[in-house]
Amino acid sequence: MSQPRDSYPAAPQDNYQDRQQAGYQDPHRDAYAPPPLQGPRDSIRQEPRLLAAGPDAGWARHTDIFGRWEPQAAGPGLLEVLAESGLTGRGGAAFETWRKATATAGSGRKSLFAVRPVVIANGAEGEPLSFKDRTLLAHAPHLVIDGLMALAAALGQAGTSGTNMYIYAPAASLPRVREALAERPRGKQVRVVQAPETFISGESSAVVNMIANGTALPTDQRRRLSESGLNGRPTLVVNVETLAQVALIARFGARWFREAGTPTDPGTRLVSVSGPAPARDVVLEVPGGVQLCLVLKEAGMDPGSLSAVLVGGYHGRWVRPAEHALSPVGPPGRTARPGAGVIHALDLQTCGIQATARIVSYLAGQSARQCGPCMFGLPAMASILNRIAGGETDHRLATELDRLGRLVSGRGACRHPEGTTGLVSSALEVFAADFRAHLAGYCTGPGGVAA
Amino acid sequence: MKTYLHIDWTSCDGRGLCTELLPGVLDRDDWGYPVARGKVGRERTDVPLRDADRDAAQEAVFLCPKLALSLMQRTVPEPGQRTPGR
Ligand code: SF4
Ligand code: SF4
Repeated sequence: MSQPRDSYPAAPQDNYQDRQQAGYQDPHRDAYAPPPLQGPRDSIRQEPRLLAAGPDAGWARHTDIFGRWEPQAAGPGLLEVLAESGLTGRGGAAFETWRKATATAGSGRKSLFAVRPVVIANGAEGEPLSFKDRTLLAHAPHLVIDGLMALAAALGQAGTSGTNMYIYAPAASLPRVREALAERPRGKQVRVVQAPETFISGESSAVVNMIANGTALPTDQRRRLSESGLNGRPTLVVNVETLAQVALIARFGARWFREAGTPTDPGTRLVSVSGPAPARDVVLEVPGGVQLCLVLKEAGMDPGSLSAVLVGGYHGRWVRPAEHALSPVGPPGRTARPGAGVIHALDLQTCGIQATARIVSYLAGQSARQCGPCMFGLPAMASILNRIAGGETDHRLATELDRLGRLVSGRGACRHPEGTTGLVSSALEVFAADFRAHLAGYCTGPGGVAA
Repeated sequence: MKTYLHIDWTSCDGRGLCTELLPGVLDRDDWGYPVARGKVGRERTDVPLRDADRDAAQEAVFLCPKLALSLMQRTVPEPGQRTPGR
């Protein structure tokens, strides 16, 4: 497993300063209009948006680049603008942000006394292959805070006391977040909570549980968090990148947002790209619907020398690098769902079954051991994968793996079982030839014999 | 509105009483935990019930030693509309 580093992409030349000099003073929607993107999507050249302020942007540089702006003032109408923009969550599920926010706003108003909703910025990545949220919090914390405050205001609590905004992030991100909060007006209204470094610490109900009780374990959700979350209040848990996108959309409008990406996957997203050495781990900002091959090339890899790519992370899927667009919507054979934006490439020398066995063993270890099917099913799957990877030749193993996957999926307090079985089923599909070879007693890798 | 049997997996200990009371709805898995027959995905945690099974389900809710079961009424989601990422 590669150790993710906190890397920062070489920032392409930006021209925001020029624009500022050319009479860019009072930013309103659409004032930010970047040059139109040229022609069809044959390149991923994307002017940085989220990371436009450059490395370690403080308050001064943030307001310099993005303009002075009152997040609280964006409140009214924000949800409509978000609906027009088509922004989807960047934390994994890719659910439309406006729908999720509207559900929370709606249940706050439904009750007898208007209950103040809670908005939580979720910066817990958990996933060992993900580092884009950490990068964003290190370099553009103010954009995240802007989005958090704007969304909180949109849910109808502008100017109220600050007990309902939280930033939840791992220890390493907290000093930067605290520094940013201290630098800006009303920063004291946001509470900061440390996320533990476990795989499921970022699951929404685990986030709420951690803030309420200090335990980052998912809880049974009889009622949705949007109805009853933290202290029984309607609660919205939003990924930090999604919030940064909200901040940009609130400033510059839905039309501007849609100038990148495709009609069905508008805007940009951050991806954490890792792969075989000498490729470095990098965070890239890519337009929606971009070709996976182009992202791999941009990160310094040759798609031809890769055997498979894990897209979406440990709860994602393996795909062959060719001909896949990165998008949450589209035909299954041609699109790979970005999930939380993880792209991890495997070289031709590495056995896909062994890689999958390692990941599933890790995931089995990360089960919170609360739910029977997850507690027993995932270790059983990991053990079968390890037996196949280790050279056991029994054809019933593959069938058994498939059966177990179908047995555990859909049965847990969180989606850990489904996420894990999805990964395994993609391995059975993409590495089908390797599975056959393993079960027949040899490994197709350069080793010749199954390890 | 439709009635669903909700299983709280964090409480269930898999002794299988519910599967005895609702044989047509629930089966037992390798480890004794209830599996909704013929259902996939999250319908195995929020199991849609036929009217005929409601009374037996109510009894299972009362008798489950771990208080892991509950009935809920929910509007059937419109096609194409997913639930928010929870
Ligand atoms: S499904 Fe697994 S990971 Fe999720 S809460 Fe249950 S035991 Fe924990
Ligand atoms: S009766 Fe309750 S505890 Fe026993 S298996 Fe059924 S749900 Fe689980």
